[in-house]
Amino acid sequence: MSRIPNGLKVEDFSEKKIKDHASSVRRKIITMLNKAKSGHPGGSLSAADMLSTLYFGGALTYDPTDPLHPARDRFILSKGHAAPVLYAVLNEIGFIPDEALLTLRKVGSSLQGHPDMRKCAGIEVSTGSLGQGLSIACGMAFGLALDKDYPDDARQIFVMTGDGELQEGQNWEAIMLAGCRKIPNLVAIVDHNGLQIDGFVEDVLSLGDLQQKFEAFGWKTLSIDGHDIMQIQEALLEAKAYAEGPVAIIAKTIKGKGVTFMENQVGWHGKAPNDEETLHALEELK
Amino acid sequence: MAKATREAFGETLIAMTDEGLDIVAVDADLAGSTTLAKFGAAYPERFFEVGIAEQNMMGVAAGLSLTGKIAYTGSFAVFATGRAYDQIRNTIAYAQLNVKICPTHSGISVGPDGGSHQMLEDISLMRTLPGMRVLVPADYQSARAAIRLAAEIDGPVYVRLGRAKVPELYDEGLDFKLGGSHVLRTGSDISLVACGIMVNQALLVADELKAQGISAEVIDAYSISPFDEKTLLASAQKTNRVVTLEEHSIYGGLGSTVAEVLSEKYPCQLKRFGMDREFGTSGDLEELLVHFKLDVPSIVQACGSLF
Repeated sequence: MSRIPNGLKVEDFSEKKIKDHASSVRRKIITMLNKAKSGHPGGSLSAADMLSTLYFGGALTYDPTDPLHPARDRFILSKGHAAPVLYAVLNEIGFIPDEALLTLRKVGSSLQGHPDMRKCAGIEVSTGSLGQGLSIACGMAFGLALDKDYPDDARQIFVMTGDGELQEGQNWEAIMLAGCRKIPNLVAIVDHNGLQIDGFVEDVLSLGDLQQKFEAFGWKTLSIDGHDIMQIQEALLEAKAYAEGPVAIIAKTIKGKGVTFMENQVGWHGKAPNDEETLHALEELK
Repeated sequence: MAKATREAFGETLIAMTDEGLDIVAVDADLAGSTTLAKFGAAYPERFFEVGIAEQNMMGVAAGLSLTGKIAYTGSFAVFATGRAYDQIRNTIAYAQLNVKICPTHSGISVGPDGGSHQMLEDISLMRTLPGMRVLVPADYQSARAAIRLAAEIDGPVYVRLGRAKVPELYDEGLDFKLGGSHVLRTGSDISLVACGIMVNQALLVADELKAQGISAEVIDAYSISPFDEKTLLASAQKTNRVVTLEEHSIYGGLGSTVAEVLSEKYPCQLKRFGMDREFGTSGDLEELLVHFKLDVPSIVQACGSLF
């Protein structure tokens, strides 16, 4: 943990503890969406293990008492529609109060349908229009590197994109830039759940060999099971330690993971569970 | 002496950085044309070339601003605003990020490159975005002032710069403020409200009108958003005839801005000069002004309908 700057606290990084967080995060996602009566459960649940490991597995450096600590690592949720998973994690940290969770998507709420940095603590940048997180991350990396108070790669920037999201061309502009400039502190996490609104990614517009594509653009790649906590943790720490250039973690996941009737179902991309479905889901997530 | 407003860009960023401001700039393979290459030569670590990728340029600028930098972007107006509109709207404007969008080569004054490169809808796209300030400098010195003013404002600013050399109207150190305007000529019969390169045209029109015995007031309305309503209304109340001049669509730009203010607060005669639901075309600026009836004789003649 030598990379953790002085004065910052880190959690206990055990698999058990991360799993407990992930379960709690999933229950909060379901509860929030049920109250909101709209939103995106599938892509939130597929990312729950990865975000829980990122925030509670020692990879992301942050100060639980100060969301804007200058030494912090940055996380950008480029697939902004998965906001509930990020809100749930930020709630576990304490950046979002419990009572706010039940205001998701309501007028006046800090928890907008898509993350809003001006309304909610712990959100690094507002997202929602897909394909923009990696560009923003490149700019952040350039800006942080100008700050000589820290080594160039001391503060990591993690970006989570969807797989369908990679159909947006802007991603590849940013991937080309990050690879050419060998940005040392950038990690892309691809939530490769295989589904998008109109169907399977493979049918709508196949991404082809994603690993080869990233590598051709000069990125190091790591392919993992995005629900295996130990694999996720190992990949995040390895990516963080790698300073020769950007790293893409391609994580195979299951959309709706953890709630059987939502798993791998395209219909649960953007639909909230009703009261009965919520009871079933929470029973399964006990 | 004539100088293009774009010539102020790179050198003003250098001057501000010399003074200690935390300036950075991003361009998309047009740094020679935008003059950001000069800034890049002076401060290579603060200049970021992203290649031909305007959407990425906006995202990179957004990210830079999130680390506390005052981030300027280059490219041409047609690409910077049109191609990257969603990045400007949803990333920069939505979060009110400290990005200064200062593309060059706006309007028909791009000239021979033709209609594909003559951006005529950028003011319209930018001024409807909540929190986006829109400045259209008329000459080199006001461009310097606009670029400096942008750095003083916390949040997104659009500064419309041009390629064509235009006569210098102002001295160094002119008063240039958000929501301001300049009354360059006082008159009592007609108000000529212009922005950008058309301010000089307005002065020439005023000279012609004067020869015909018509007293024209000339206003340089460089701050499109926020707009100096007070100066416009005072002038309109005096003359009851308002003319707008811009090298931009008359829908959504200065003409629309003036029409909105007048129709709500002081309805009077209004005539808008600019591009009327048409694209530009290749040609030299002087030829194009004649072609699109934005030359002095055409404007003088058309003003006659207001009397």
